[in-house]
Amino acid sequence: MTYVIEGRTGPWEVVIGLEVHAQVTSQAKLFSGAATEFGAAPNSQVSFVDAGFPGMLPVINQECVAQAVRTGLGLKAEIHLWSRFDRKNYFYADLPQGYQISQFAHPIVGTGTVEITLADGSTKQIDITRLHLEQDAGKSLHDQHPSKSFIDLNRSGVALMEIVSEPDMRSPEEAGAYLTKLRQILRYLGTCDGNMDEGSMRADVNVSVRKPGEGFRTRCEVKNVNSIRFVMQAVEAEARRQIEVWEEGGAVEQETRLFDTGRGVTRSMRSKEDAHDYRYFPDPDLPPLVLEADWVESLKASLPELPDERRARYVAMGLSPYDAHVLTLERETAAFFEAVAKGRDAKTVANWVTGDFFAALNRTGLGVEESPVSAAALGELLDLIADKTINGKIAKDVLAIMFETGERPGAIVDARGLRQVVDTGAIEAAIARVMEANADKVAEYRSGKDKLFGFFVGQVMKAMQGKGNPALVNEVLKQKLA
Amino acid sequence: MHPTDFTLRGAIDALNEGVISSVELTTAHLDAIAALNPRLNAYITVTGEQALEQARASDARRKEGVTGPLEGVPLAIKDLFCTAGTLTTAGSRILGNFTPPYESTVSGNLLRDGAVFLGKANLDEFAMGSSNTTSASGPVENPWSRANDPDTRLVPGGSSGGSAAAVAARLALGATATDTGGSIRQPAAFCGIAGIKPTYGRCSRFGIVAFASSLDQAGPVARTVEDCAILLKSMAGFDPKDSTSADMPVPDFAAACARGVKGLRIGVPKEYRLEGTPPEIEALWEQGLAWLRAQGAEMVEISLPHTQYALPTYYIVAPAEASSNLARYDGVRFGLRVTEPGSDLRDLYERTRAQGFGAEVRRRILIGTYVLSAGYYDAYYLKAQKIRALIKRDFDEAFAKVDAIVTPATPSAAFGMDEKQDDPVKMYLNDVFTVTANLAGLPGLAVPAGLDAQGLPLGLQVIGKAFDEETVFAVGTAIEQAANFTALPRLRAGA
Amino acid sequence: MSLDIATVRRIAALARIRLEEGELAQAQAELNGILGWIEQLQAVNTEGVEPMAGGGAVALRPRPDAVTDGGIADKILANAPDRQGEYFGVPKVVE
Ligand SMILES: [Mg+2]
Ligand SMILES: [Zn+2]
Repeated sequence: MTYVIEGRTGPWEVVIGLEVHAQVTSQAKLFSGAATEFGAAPNSQVSFVDAGFPGMLPVINQECVAQAVRTGLGLKAEIHLWSRFDRKNYFYADLPQGYQISQFAHPIVGTGTVEITLADGSTKQIDITRLHLEQDAGKSLHDQHPSKSFIDLNRSGVALMEIVSEPDMRSPEEAGAYLTKLRQILRYLGTCDGNMDEGSMRADVNVSVRKPGEGFRTRCEVKNVNSIRFVMQAVEAEARRQIEVWEEGGAVEQETRLFDTGRGVTRSMRSKEDAHDYRYFPDPDLPPLVLEADWVESLKASLPELPDERRARYVAMGLSPYDAHVLTLERETAAFFEAVAKGRDAKTVANWVTGDFFAALNRTGLGVEESPVSAAALGELLDLIADKTINGKIAKDVLAIMFETGERPGAIVDARGLRQVVDTGAIEAAIARVMEANADKVAEYRSGKDKLFGFFVGQVMKAMQGKGNPALVNEVLKQKLA
Repeated sequence: MHPTDFTLRGAIDALNEGVISSVELTTAHLDAIAALNPRLNAYITVTGEQALEQARASDARRKEGVTGPLEGVPLAIKDLFCTAGTLTTAGSRILGNFTPPYESTVSGNLLRDGAVFLGKANLDEFAMGSSNTTSASGPVENPWSRANDPDTRLVPGGSSGGSAAAVAARLALGATATDTGGSIRQPAAFCGIAGIKPTYGRCSRFGIVAFASSLDQAGPVARTVEDCAILLKSMAGFDPKDSTSADMPVPDFAAACARGVKGLRIGVPKEYRLEGTPPEIEALWEQGLAWLRAQGAEMVEISLPHTQYALPTYYIVAPAEASSNLARYDGVRFGLRVTEPGSDLRDLYERTRAQGFGAEVRRRILIGTYVLSAGYYDAYYLKAQKIRALIKRDFDEAFAKVDAIVTPATPSAAFGMDEKQDDPVKMYLNDVFTVTANLAGLPGLAVPAGLDAQGLPLGLQVIGKAFDEETVFAVGTAIEQAANFTALPRLRAGA
Repeated sequence: MSLDIATVRRIAALARIRLEEGELAQAQAELNGILGWIEQLQAVNTEGVEPMAGGGAVALRPRPDAVTDGGIADKILANAPDRQGEYFGVPKVVE
C-alpha cells in the first residue's frame, strides 16, 4: 500500500534517503588514544591530536577499522580492501583541525542492503550506498553564557561510521523501520551501542516529494535528527512543507535544515547557508588503508548471528513469527531467551518470556540485562511446572515474588507451601466440600447446564489455595459430578 | 682555538677526551649568540638558562660514565619544532605566544642522545620562503657578504635561514632544519655549510609544525658532511606517532661518509643545465664532476624530462596542503585571536588569520584554497599529483642506471635582502634544483664546493635513491674533501 | 584560467582571510601571476597516470585500541585565547 500525502493538487509521494552517523564502539578515538566514554568532564577526553595542536598527527585505531568491516559484513556489503582518508575542509568552532578526516572518494565499505519489516508484515529491501569511517566533531554549548558559545572537544575525533542509504524509502514508517533495523543490526554486531539519547546514532534525513510516476525532485537534508520517532516526524513535516512550496507555485531549494522537535517543523540552518566547498583531497598524513583479505575473512567467520538469521531459526524451532520477531529485537533478549530455552521446550519458554516475564520487566521499567530474575532462575521456575511441583497459575505468582525478592523459585515454593497437590484423596475431599456447599448448582449441572463445570473447577482450586493439580482436579471433578 | 670553531665531530671528541666541558662549550656559544645575534637575528628565542642547565646535567652524566652520541653538544632548533615548555612560533605572529606542552620526536631524539639546546632558530613564516625575510621575528642576515660590496646585507636563504646562519656564524655546532622544497639545502648552500634532507619518512614529522605534509622532511645542517651524518643518525628513526614514518633501520651514516666513490655511477641530468644559470655555477658543477671522476666514479648523463614542471607542480601541491594544514590557526584553542567589538565567530576567524599570517603565507593559503576548490581540483591539484608521479618515475628510471645524481644546489649565490622581493615567482625559482627531491621523496644533500667571484659560497647537491642516504653521504664527503672549502664568513664568533 | 575579483573574494572567504576592498586588486594580480606561471602544466600529457598523493609508508599501520591519552584538560586549555572554565570560549554561534 503506497503512502501518499493528499495535497490541494492531488496525491504526493515522499522519497526518503538516510545518512546515519553511528558512533563506533571502541575504547579510544579513531586517530588518537583519548577515551570515547560518554559523559566525562569537558575537555577531559582530549589529546593534542583531537584539539588540532601544531605538529600533531593522526594514527589509526585498528579496532575502529575492524568495527567498520564487521558492520559492512552485517549489511551484506562489499568490503573495499583499499580505501583512503580524505580531508573535508571547513571552518567550525568545534572542528579543531579546520577539516574533518573522512572517506570521500574511496570508502571502506561499498553497496549493501537491509531488509525491513513493516507493520502489515510485508518486507522491503533498502539498499546501502556506502559506509565510511570519519571523525566526529566536538560539541558547542550555546546556553552557558549570554554572548559566548562554549566548546567541549571530548567528542572530537571519536570514530563514526556514516552509513548512507539509497533514496529507497517512501513513508515515515519505512524510514522508522529502516533506522530501527539498522540500529538492531549494529547492536547485534556490537559495533555501535545505538544509544540515540547520547548521540551514538544520528540521522541526516534527505526528503523530497513528487507526484506519482515522476522522477526525483529537489531534496532537502534535515540534519542530525536524534531519535527514530523524530525521524518519522521530520519526514512528514518536511514533506508537507515541500508540498506546500510546490503547490504555491514555488520551487524547493536544496538546503540543509534542522528539525525543531518542540514545534514539529523543519527550519533552514542559517549557519550552514554559506556556499559549501569542502575542498576534499587525500589526507597527506595518512597513507591508504589496506586490508588483508584473510583478516576480513576472519572477521566474517567470527561475526555473531544477525537478527534476520536468528528470527528464521526461531521460527524453525516452532515459535510464531511474531514471537520470533519480538525475541530478536534486542540481542540481549534473544540471548536471555536462548539461555532459558536451552534443554526446555522453546515454545513454552517463548510464551513465558514474551508474556509474564516481559510484563514484569515493563512494570519495573528494567531492561533484560538488569532483570532481577536471571535466565537460570526463570528456567528453574519452568522446570517446577514441567515436573508438576507447581501449576501454571501458582507459577505466575511465584514469578511475581521472584521479581520482588530476587529469591529462587524452589525456595519460594517451599517456604510458602505452594507445591501443587497431586494427592487424589485431598482433591476428593475438597470436591466433596464444594459439592456439599453448592448442592443447587450440582443439580443444575446434572440437569444439563455443562458450562457450570468451570465454576466447580474454580471453587475447588480456591478451596485448595490454588495448589491443586489442574488436570487431576478436572479428572476427579468430572467423575464426581457425573 | 676558540670553542665555537669545533666541528661537531671535533667537539664530541674534545668532550670525550675531557679537553672541554659541555658547560664551557655551551657558554662559549651563548656568548657568541649574545654578541652576534642582535645583528644576524638567527635565533628567535635563546634559552640560555635552560641550555646551561642541560650542559651541567650532561657534564654530570658524563662523570657517571653515561654519554649519549651527542652528549653535551650545543645545537640550535628550528622554531618549527615544538619544544616542551619553550615558545614555538613557526616564525608567525599567529603563534607568537604559543608554548607547546609537548616535544617533537626529532628534538626529543636529540635530547635523548644528550644534546643541549641553545634556542629556537629563525625561519621563514611557517617555513614558506627561500630568503628568511618572511619571519614575524624579522629577517635573518647571512653572515657572509660580497667581497666588493660588504655593506649589502644578504639573505641566508630559507626557510631554515636561522639554522644555517647560526651554524655558519658559529652560534651552534649544528642545527635542526626542515625542507619542503629546498629549505635545508638552499640556505646551507647560501651559508657555506652542509645540509641534508633525508628520504621522506626517515625523520618523524610528529611535533613539527606542518607546512606541506607530503613534502615536509626534517634534517640537519652543520659545517661538515660528517657532522650532518652524526646528527641525522640521532634525528632519524621510525615513529609510530607518524603514519608516514618509515619503519626502517637507521644505518651508521657517519661510517658511510668514508666509503669513497670508486666505481659509483653518478648521474648528470641534462635538464638541469638551465638557461640563465650563472657560468660560475655551471663551472662549479663541472668541477664537482671532475673531482668525483678523479676519485674513481663514472659520470653518466641522464634525463629527468619532467624537471621543468617540478616547481609549478610544487606550487600547487604545497599550497594546497598548507591551506588545509594552516586551517587550525583560527584563534580558538591557541595562538593569536583578533576581534573587534561585536565580532562574530566568522569575523574572528577572518581578522585573526588576516593579521596573524604574513603576506606570503596568506598568498599560499589563497592559492591552495583555489586549486582545491570545486571546479578546479582536477585541472590543478589532480594534474599536479599526476605530474608528481611522472617526476618520481623519471627518478626511478634514472636510478636504474646510476647510484647518485649530482647537480648544483641553487641557481645563484645568496642575494641581497631587498632583491627578488617584488615577484613571488622569481623568488620561487630559488628552489628549481632542490624541489624535485621533495616531490619524489628522495634524499638530497647540499655541500659547500666553492666561491663565486664575489667570494660567496656555492654548493653542489647530491640526490640519492630512497633510503640510500649512505651513498649520498659518501659522494658528499668526496666532494667536500676535494673542494677543501676553508673560506669563512665575515660575521662569525671568534672573528 | 584567470581570477576575477569576485573569485578572489570567494576564495578569501573560504580561507577565512579578511581582505579589505583595497587589497583585492593586488591579491588578484599576485594570484594571477602565480596561476599564469602554473598554467604551463596543462601542456604535460598525464593520460593514464596514477596521481601520487605522497611519499612514505605504502599503507596505514593501525595502532591497538587502548586509551593512552587524554586527561590533560588543563594542558589542552592552557594556550586558549579565551578560556571559559573547562571550555574554550568563542563568540556565540547561532545555528
Ligand atoms: Mg551528511
Ligand atoms: Zn559524515
